[in-house]
Amino acid sequence: MKSKFSLFLLMSLFLMHVSFAGDTTKLRKTVKVPDEVNGGITLPAGFNAVVVADTLGVARHIAVDANGDLYVKLGRVKGGGGIVRLRDKNGDGKADEIKTFGDFNGSGIAVKNNVLYATSDDAVFKYNIVNNEVVNQPEKIVQGLVNKRQHASKTITLDNAGNIYVNIGAPSNVCQTSDRQKGSMGMKPCPILDSAGGIWQFKTNVAGQSYNNGVRYATGLRNVVGLDWNSEVNELYATQHGRDMLFQWYPEMFNQQEGAVNPAEELFRLKPGADAGWPYCYFDIGKKQKMLNPEYGGDRTKVGECAEKVQSIVQFPGHLAPNAIVFYNGTAFPEKYRNGAFIAFHGSWNRAPEPQAGYFVVFVPMKNGSPTGEWEVFADNFAGAVKEPAKATYRPCGLAVGPDGALYVSDDQKGRIWKITYAR
Amino acid sequence: MKIKMTVLLICFFVIGLISWQQPDLKASIERGQKVYETYCLGCHQSDGSGVPRLNPPLSKTTYVTGDKKKLITVVLAGLDTEIEINGEVYNNVMAPHDFLKDQEIADVLTYVRNSFGNKAAAITPADVKNVRASLTKK
Ligand code: HEC
Repeated sequence: MKSKFSLFLLMSLFLMHVSFAGDTTKLRKTVKVPDEVNGGITLPAGFNAVVVADTLGVARHIAVDANGDLYVKLGRVKGGGGIVRLRDKNGDGKADEIKTFGDFNGSGIAVKNNVLYATSDDAVFKYNIVNNEVVNQPEKIVQGLVNKRQHASKTITLDNAGNIYVNIGAPSNVCQTSDRQKGSMGMKPCPILDSAGGIWQFKTNVAGQSYNNGVRYATGLRNVVGLDWNSEVNELYATQHGRDMLFQWYPEMFNQQEGAVNPAEELFRLKPGADAGWPYCYFDIGKKQKMLNPEYGGDRTKVGECAEKVQSIVQFPGHLAPNAIVFYNGTAFPEKYRNGAFIAFHGSWNRAPEPQAGYFVVFVPMKNGSPTGEWEVFADNFAGAVKEPAKATYRPCGLAVGPDGALYVSDDQKGRIWKITYAR
Repeated sequence: MKIKMTVLLICFFVIGLISWQQPDLKASIERGQKVYETYCLGCHQSDGSGVPRLNPPLSKTTYVTGDKKKLITVVLAGLDTEIEINGEVYNNVMAPHDFLKDQEIADVLTYVRNSFGNKAAAITPADVKNVRASLTKK
């Protein structure tokens, strides 16, 4: 596709060159490299995308302020900054002012009521925004969170009552005695759950909080990267990355194809105190239910305690890596999108040698906080020619809805940001 | 005349040695590929390209083409510390693979060292045996 397009470009350039060979001024005027259509991604009819900014680096989560300023959290500090502010001054969707600050790596970002929140892998920082400018004097409101590299990224969201929710991913695959060792059994109870494998709630207006001030709001969640507060029903929603290695470790239970789609990636609606079942349970996409993990005696028939755990409200095929969720609270998109959820799937790696999948943004139609239909692919073709983690052109990672109802998507492979609008 | 004969003999000897070693290397690489597919591919991917910031690539890294002892140690003891691999750090955990036999580890590393654009000397079961012994002594 891409090569065909460049061939077409080359040919048209050549033709122009031939026809205008005698008139160089004309040539210079005519030849203008067009923008890549929709910044390289595909969208449903009526939607368009522009590239807000490019090559920002490891662009993880994003947040849009009420004035339209877009904040990007970088997983790797670039040029001395770990947070990027993009401002579009002339309203064409593209950033014409780029500022960086905050000298720490991380994934989480949120903005509300003139306060910006950003995370490192063990803390949450807060910045005041005065007259549309960030005051570069961060205050640590949460610190000392578990950071053992694996699943260390802290993603955040805010409710409407002064609380911030922080995902603390489990530094583990399924809480085995020896992590990621084939044949090692699961620990029971899993000691990790005391300080990770869940969502913690903190106050936005208190400095220096840690586990002793926080509330373990939900537990039994292996690694939640997508987290959003649904203001329609005032509840927390989270997308979990399911466990790895079912086929590789249990080929007698899962063949290669079954290993590629199991366990399901899950969307949870979380009430306070919810227990989603990790590490004891996984969601079997073939059997359509939560079952005991093999490390805890499971054999694809035993359900055991998993019947009592909180059930997810939507399941997706395995390993797609749901890295962000955002509820569509705008009105610029058609009616069917109102109060539904967009989910960005970073794309799989643990499906190899089966073909990888994901690398797209899906839409889940919802009303009153519950799905009203099947999920569908909304934006696609991020990966380009090769759908593999190291070779994909882009990998969708963050989502945000702007005050004008536009949907923003970030990519952490190169650092491209798209702004998606509806033209009708 | 005598020198010529000696040179010729040496040449024959060297050629003989190479052609005797080559099928051995080939067999080791073939066996190694099987081991790779079973135990390594899930994380490092079929072409060794890895997963950005999660599982490192195995093409032209200092570990893969460098010191044999260090490389064998990674497979036997696993790796779970923040280290830079060709300028990037990786967040996943590699478990110890000491359950693999000396021959299997030699084969898989010989395969890795001769695939994904790498070209480095083969690893022998004796190399693995030595490293395993030095690790258990500690
Ligand atoms: C669970 C995923 C996983 C599996 C399975 C795995 N590795 Fe790794 N490997 C890693 C990670 C993650 C690192 C880096 C760890 C760190 O930085 O602390 C690594 C590091 C390495 C390194 C050193 C760094 C480099 O990229 O050169 C080598 C060599 C290596 N692995 C080879 C292997 C071989 C051979 C196998 C199969 C026998 C294997 N790995 C199986 C995840 C895995």
